[in-house]
Amino acid sequence: MMPPPLGKDLLGLEHLTAEQIVHLLDTAEPFKEVSERAIKKVPTLRGKTIVNLFFESSTRTRISFEFAEKRLSADTVNVTTTVSSVQKGENLVDTARNLEAMRIDMVVIRHPSSGAAQFLAERINSNVINAGDGTHEHPTQALLDLLTIRDKLGRIDGVKVCICGDILHSRVARSNIWGLTKLGAEVAVCGPRSLLPRGIEDLGVTVFRRIEQAMEWADVLNVLRLQLERMDAGFIPSLREYNRVFGVTEGRMAAAAPELLVLHPGPMNRGVEIDSPVADGPQSVILHQVTNGVAVRMAVLYLLAGGRPELAEQAKAGGTE
Amino acid sequence: MSVADQRNALLDARAIARALQRMAHEIVDLAGSTDRLVLIGIQRRGVELAERMGGLIRAAHGAEVPRGALDITLYRDDLQTVGPRPVIGETRLPHELEGKTVVIVDDVLYTGRTVRAALQELADFGRPARVGLCVLVDRGGRELPIHADIVGERVDAGPGDRVDVLLAEVDGRDAVELVRGTPS
Amino acid sequence: MTLLLRGGRVIDPSRDLDQTSNLLVVDGKIEAIGLDVEVPLGGEVFDAAGLVVAPGLVDVHTHLREPGAESAETVATGAAAAAAGGFTGICAMPNTDPVTDNQAAVGFIVKQAAAAGGARVYPIGAVSLGQRGDHLAEFGEMVGAGAVALSDDGHPVVSAHLMRTALEYAQTFGIPVADHCEEPTLASGGVMHEGVVSTRLGLKGIPAAAEEIMVARDIILAQLTGGHVHLCHMSTRGSVDLIRRAKEQGVNVSAEACPHHFTLTHDACDGYDTNAKMNPPLREAADVEAIREGLRDGTIDAIATDHAPHDYRAKQREFDDAPFGIIGLETALGLGISELVEPGLLTLPLLIARMSSVPAKLFHLPGGTLARGAPADVVVFDPAGVWTVDAASFRSKSRNTPFAGRALRGRVVRTLVGGRTVFEAPVT
Repeated sequence: MMPPPLGKDLLGLEHLTAEQIVHLLDTAEPFKEVSERAIKKVPTLRGKTIVNLFFESSTRTRISFEFAEKRLSADTVNVTTTVSSVQKGENLVDTARNLEAMRIDMVVIRHPSSGAAQFLAERINSNVINAGDGTHEHPTQALLDLLTIRDKLGRIDGVKVCICGDILHSRVARSNIWGLTKLGAEVAVCGPRSLLPRGIEDLGVTVFRRIEQAMEWADVLNVLRLQLERMDAGFIPSLREYNRVFGVTEGRMAAAAPELLVLHPGPMNRGVEIDSPVADGPQSVILHQVTNGVAVRMAVLYLLAGGRPELAEQAKAGGTE
Repeated sequence: MSVADQRNALLDARAIARALQRMAHEIVDLAGSTDRLVLIGIQRRGVELAERMGGLIRAAHGAEVPRGALDITLYRDDLQTVGPRPVIGETRLPHELEGKTVVIVDDVLYTGRTVRAALQELADFGRPARVGLCVLVDRGGRELPIHADIVGERVDAGPGDRVDVLLAEVDGRDAVELVRGTPS
Repeated sequence: MTLLLRGGRVIDPSRDLDQTSNLLVVDGKIEAIGLDVEVPLGGEVFDAAGLVVAPGLVDVHTHLREPGAESAETVATGAAAAAAGGFTGICAMPNTDPVTDNQAAVGFIVKQAAAAGGARVYPIGAVSLGQRGDHLAEFGEMVGAGAVALSDDGHPVVSAHLMRTALEYAQTFGIPVADHCEEPTLASGGVMHEGVVSTRLGLKGIPAAAEEIMVARDIILAQLTGGHVHLCHMSTRGSVDLIRRAKEQGVNVSAEACPHHFTLTHDACDGYDTNAKMNPPLREAADVEAIREGLRDGTIDAIATDHAPHDYRAKQREFDDAPFGIIGLETALGLGISELVEPGLLTLPLLIARMSSVPAKLFHLPGGTLARGAPADVVVFDPAGVWTVDAASFRSKSRNTPFAGRALRGRVVRTLVGGRTVFEAPVT
């Protein structure tokens, strides 16, 4: 049986059920195979127009979405704008109206303000996919992380995952916390208390103060990128000290269990939150995450693109093949 | 779903076995030999039927015919109307289709849209010398200029009717049944 | 001109009066209260049976947007909205554009208010020139022109030295300095209360400590100077505790709280509802409880609206970029009755005290009393009448309220300013 449909948009994992998330992951499986074909393209979304609306530069996420769209035969347009905070609000309303007027089918949006994807979704009829909104959610990143963990460990239920680093400013962390806890994983966070948000424990996660404890406990580490500007904003004294106290270093890795998996959403600050030998080492699944990213995004596009329930009812009544 | 649903058995297990035996024979006839023959089943019951006929060909000719599976979900033209399918099955094709005689195997032939999608998908994997179509049941009602080369049983079913093919591997028993609906 | 309000429940907290009676207004003044008071020949009689007759409400914290943002509110529309909400006097905060920081600017508000013909509008002058926080504005000149208090509201008075000086200097004129308590380095960039909801929504939080640090500082400065510090829109449990202790020690401190802070919690921000974005932000359930208790025991002296109009477009944007604030003049009484009187927290006379006589006294304003000879600033309301908040029907120019669609008890029927009817509810 199919779980309740996702609805018009994918804005985050907070409001999805475990069944819906599992269905997304299951749907991603056959799309992995499409990307292995000589002709990496299926006609599923032929004639659909998708706009990748990026108000924040993000080469990786945009390319991953673009591959997913093109492999499903959709027509894509990239709009990359950086906006000053003064213009931001007006721009988004106007942009929404303009897009609507051009009869596009789907919008993939990346925006520096939390809630921007929902804001857009409430104002247009097209499907909206959140590719990261402020420090709120980044659902497709969390889905590809989940898929990677499932690929490597065969399950998510009962797996111990520690998300490490700047949780306060991380949409990846929030989406991961929702996805992992819904699927039964044990979730912890580890980082300087100045980079952990208030009330994080209320989301059902454990807090480790020391990275050594976290690494001893966890089956999986999801190491977040430390934005370099956090130092200037006074959250941490220096990158050097951050690496010493919280870095997933070669030395700490050597002391950890050999099965410990290391994920990183990229782009990495090598030598800050993660050392190069760890990032490139046998326990790193970072490139597997990137591969899964395309499959997950194809699954999301496919599931959202599907059509109109009233016609589906008619089709069933009339009997199709 | 109509309350007046009626189930009529069209083929029982023995009749299916007989039909498959004949169809396997006709497949080899169509291809001329087993040398360049490839059987490709359409997910999901077509895959099982191709598997069974592969076994029958091996028994009769001593040759192992390569098999493949095709899920045509991503090639359907009705995503807009019926929405995403619950499960997308596996697509697994033999490496080389170039110069081969490919026989597509499915359980029921109706509008022809599934076969159209299968042909399109197949073309993305290679260029066979010839493509044939083999179905267990042809129920009529074509919407596209497509016909089967090999047919197990022909049935005259109306637009409101349903033809159910049940296979032991999937459904626990072998049967083909016609479910009469009220004409819409 | 003569008007008899007959048979209403007359409540005047300034004189501990609560009885069914008749109230006679003659020539814009309260003439008499009593069951035997009758209207002279030719006067109007208004049947107030089943209604409450009370001193008009007084709001010591209103933002009118004139000059500078007249598309959101003008003095006239603000005064009309006030009248519709049962207010007969409102204090206009000086954070207009340009800032009300001089005699002429104060005079402009007074002039606009006189022409408006709604509730009385009392200007509040800025503490510092341009509200920039570095140079004292001319208090004496502004008081001369009609200013009733001083405030840099919208911003805190960041410099402790400037706050101290203001509290000292204002004593000459006997008026309060009203402070917006927010420690700027803690609050910087914050858009809602820091807590589990901000964590979920990924929005930058403003910790309760940002308010409480400034409350503590202001109390200490009031103690140092003996000046009257009035703490605006208190929102946290910690602030209530600090004020309660200060009052026990006899510090010259008064405080106000807004209806939204005794009604809503940070949960209202869910879904990124920009009408739930205000400063100070909506806090937690324990804070709401503490504010309610503060209003009950008098730690919080007054209810003020912090009426902050923004035009339609301004709130139609991402939460981060939307402006702070909601309008409140036309919902304040209904929220007070529904949220404080109905649950039995405050008696109706105590609610009226917190909305009328107490704030009038704190800011030395006329009104807030039905004493004989006082200006006839009177509100008549139906304490049982239930109505549904419909922002489109507001007299205010703006619609930014989180209470749209909410059913409230307590409906204003008629508002008099100086005996003149400035609002009369449409007959339903």
